[in-house]
Amino acid sequence: MEGLSVADANLVMYLHPSKSRNVSQSILRELGSLLFKFNETFDGVLLAYDVNILDKQAKILSGVHPYFGLRLKANLLLFSPKPDMLLEGKVVKLSQESIHVIVLGFSSAIITAENIRGEFKYRTKDTEELFASKSHKRHVIKVGTMIRFLVKSFDEEILHIIGSLISAHTGSIRWLDRHLEEDSEFDRSSMKSRDREWLGDKTVDEGATPMSYDNHIKMSKKRRITE
Amino acid sequence: MGLELPKYPEMEEDQVFNFTDSEIVSHVKQALASVLSGDNNSYNQLVGVMHHSKHLAPDEVALLETTLKALAGAVSSIDITHHDSLLSAIFCMSMWNYGPHVADALAELIVSLAISNGKYLDLCLGMLVSNFTPPPYFLDKLKMPHGLERKGQVLSRVHAAFKKIADYVPLAPLRLLTIVLQGMPTIYHKDRAIVIYVENMLKLESGEIGELVGCTILMAVVDRLIELDVEIGWDAILQDDFSKGIFEMELEDVDDIEESAEPDVGEFRLSRKSLAGNSIAELLDNLLVLTFEHLESCEREGRLAKVFETLLQSFRVTVLSAYKSKFAQFVMFYACALDPENCGMRFATMLADLFVQDSQPQPTRMSAVSYLASYLSRAKFLAASSISSMLKRLVDWCLEYCEAHDGDINPNAHRVFYSGCQAIMYVLCFRMKVFVDVPRLKSELLIPLEQVLKHKLNPLKVCLPSVVEEFLRQAKAASLFTVCKTFIFDGLLESELSRAFGGLERLDTFFPFDPCVDMDEFDYALKKMSITPKATSNYKFGGRFQEPARMPSRIRPSTSPESL
Repeated sequence: MEGLSVADANLVMYLHPSKSRNVSQSILRELGSLLFKFNETFDGVLLAYDVNILDKQAKILSGVHPYFGLRLKANLLLFSPKPDMLLEGKVVKLSQESIHVIVLGFSSAIITAENIRGEFKYRTKDTEELFASKSHKRHVIKVGTMIRFLVKSFDEEILHIIGSLISAHTGSIRWLDRHLEEDSEFDRSSMKSRDREWLGDKTVDEGATPMSYDNHIKMSKKRRITE
Repeated sequence: MGLELPKYPEMEEDQVFNFTDSEIVSHVKQALASVLSGDNNSYNQLVGVMHHSKHLAPDEVALLETTLKALAGAVSSIDITHHDSLLSAIFCMSMWNYGPHVADALAELIVSLAISNGKYLDLCLGMLVSNFTPPPYFLDKLKMPHGLERKGQVLSRVHAAFKKIADYVPLAPLRLLTIVLQGMPTIYHKDRAIVIYVENMLKLESGEIGELVGCTILMAVVDRLIELDVEIGWDAILQDDFSKGIFEMELEDVDDIEESAEPDVGEFRLSRKSLAGNSIAELLDNLLVLTFEHLESCEREGRLAKVFETLLQSFRVTVLSAYKSKFAQFVMFYACALDPENCGMRFATMLADLFVQDSQPQPTRMSAVSYLASYLSRAKFLAASSISSMLKRLVDWCLEYCEAHDGDINPNAHRVFYSGCQAIMYVLCFRMKVFVDVPRLKSELLIPLEQVLKHKLNPLKVCLPSVVEEFLRQAKAASLFTVCKTFIFDGLLESELSRAFGGLERLDTFFPFDPCVDMDEFDYALKKMSITPKATSNYKFGGRFQEPARMPSRIRPSTSPESL
C-alpha cells in the first residue's frame, strides 16, 4: 500500500505560559489535536507521532506574544494519498452503484460504477451482493473483501477518497496476490520472453498482471520536514 | 419554491404497477442527467415531489416514497452544482411531517448521500441534526400519544442513520459533534425545542457513537445548564424572609420523617411561587429532569463511573467556577446519590484535593470547600466514616495552617483558612451527633479542632456568626468545648469580618447544596435529599419518572443570607 510515510520533523511548538506547569503533557495534547486531520505543513494526515523534546529550557518570545517556543524532534507517521497511488481497504458496503471501502480503519473511500472496469459484473448470490470478474471466476469482491484500488481524488477536509478499479492490477488483494505468485512461478519457468513483452506493452489486457504491480510494496519513504 | 406541482405527475401514474425498482432508478437518473442537457422538465417534477409535505393523499405518499427510494439508488448521478434545488429540497425535509414509510425512505436517501461523497457529509449530518427538533407546529403535540409515537419514529430513524453513516465513514462522528454543538439552541430560545434537543444529545451519548462523542456532548449539556442557571437571578429565589436562620428547621430529628404522610405535591409546587412563570426556571427544571433520567439509565447500564468522570471534569471547569451556581450542581449530587461508595466519595475527595492544593486560585479553593461542606452536610447517603475521614482531612489541614502561621485576625490574608474552619463547623452543625457518640472520633477530630478554633487567628470571630453560633450551641449541649469568651451575635447572620473573608464573591455565605425552600416544604425537600436511591423507600428522590415533581430540581438552593 502506498500513501504512508514516515517523516522526521523538526518542530517548534509555541505554548501558552499557562501550560508551563506540565509542558510534556501539553505538547502531547497539542500534537494529539493534529491527529486524523489533514495538515498542510506535513502534506498529509497525521496518524501517529513519537516526540522528543530537545530543549531543557524554553525561550519566551519577546514582544506581544507571551508564548514560549520549544524545539521538538518528532517522528511522524503520515498518510497522504495522491492520485494514482495504490491503496488498500476493506469493503464495507456494496451495491450495483458503488463499492464503499474503509482504508486504515478511518478514511472512507467510494468506487462508483463508472470507475469499476467492465470485467466486473454486479451479481447477487443468495441475497449477497458482489462484483465478480467475468474472466476469472475466483476473482470476487464482496462485503468484507480487502481490495486494492487506485486513488482518483482525495478530499482533504473530510478525508474521503474517490477510487477506481479500472486498471488491471486492482481488485481483491487475496486474488491478486495469489495470481501474482502463480504468475511469477510461471514466469520463472518458461515465460521469460513474454515478460519483456509485458514491460514494453503497458496496456495490459485482463488477467495479465502488470509488472508495475510491485509499486505498491514500495518502502515507506523518509522525508524531512523542517518547520 | 414557486413550482406548481402537476396534480398527477405522469411518471407516477403507471409506475406503481408496471415499473420495477431498477427502471424507476434509471428513470430518475435520466431526469437528473437531462438537466445537463438543458431539459429541466422531468427534473422539476422531481423537485416538486420533494416539496410535498403536508396533507398528503395516499397516492402522493406512495409517489414520494418511491421517488426517495429511487433517488437513493441514483445518488451517484446527483451533482452538487447542477442539482442544488433538488438537494436543498431534500435537506429541508423534516421527517416529522411524514409517516414511517416515507421517513424510512428519506433516512435511506440521506445515508446514501452522506456516504457517496465527502461533500454531502456535513449537509446530511446537519439535516439529521435538524430533525432533532420537530417543526414549530408540532411542539404542542409532543405530549399527546400521537406526538409521542411520531417522536419515537423520527428519533429512532435519525439515530440509526447516524450509526449507519459512522459505519461507512468512520470519521463522521467527529464532524457530527461539531454540528450538534453548533446547532444547539441557545438559552434565548425559550421554547421546548431545547429540551428535545438535549434529549437527543443524551441519546447520542448513550448510543454507540457516544464512545467517541459522549464526553464532549455531556459537557455541553452541563454548560447549557449552567447558562440557564445563571440566567435565574438570586433575587428571583430569595424573596421570602430568611432571617429565620438557616439551621432552625434542619436540626429537628429527621428520623420520623420516613413515617410521615405522603408529601402534598400540589402544595409543594405552589410554594414555588417566586419562580412560577419563570420560563427559564421551567426549562432548567425540564433539562435537569432529563439529565437525572439519563444518569439513572447510565447506572442501570453500569457505565455511571465513566460518565461520572466526565461530569467531574465539567464540574471542575464550569460549575465550580460559576458564580454561585444554584441548580446545576445537583446533577453531581444526583450522580453521587446513585453510587455513594464510588461516585459519592470520588466527588468529596476531588473537592478536598482542590481545597488543600496551594497551586489552585483562592476562590477555587474556597468554592471547593463550600461545596464540600454543603455536600457532607446534606448527602445523607454518605457513610459516617466517609464524612469523618473528610472532616479529619480538613481539620488536619487547618491545624497545620495554624502551626505555620502566627498572627492576629486577618480575614483577607487567611481567607482560605477561615473558609476551611467555617466548612468544618458547618458540617458539624449537621453531623454533630455522629461524632459525639464515638469516643475515638472525639479524640481524633474534636480535640485538634478545639486547638484550631482557639488559635490566635480566631476563626470563631471571623466565620459567619450564624454558623458559629449554632455550632457553639450544639457543642455546648454536647459539652464538647468550653469557650471562655462569650460570643454574642444577637442573631446576626453575618458580620463585617465574615464579609471580609468571603470577599466580593461572598463565598462565606455559599452553601450550594442547601435546599432553599419554605418551612413547610423543607422537611419534604430534606427527605428527598437524604434518602439514597438504593433504599426502597417511597421517597427515593427522582427515582420515578412519573413523579417529576419529586426531582431535586424542584428545590430551591441555598438560603444565603446575602439577600438580606
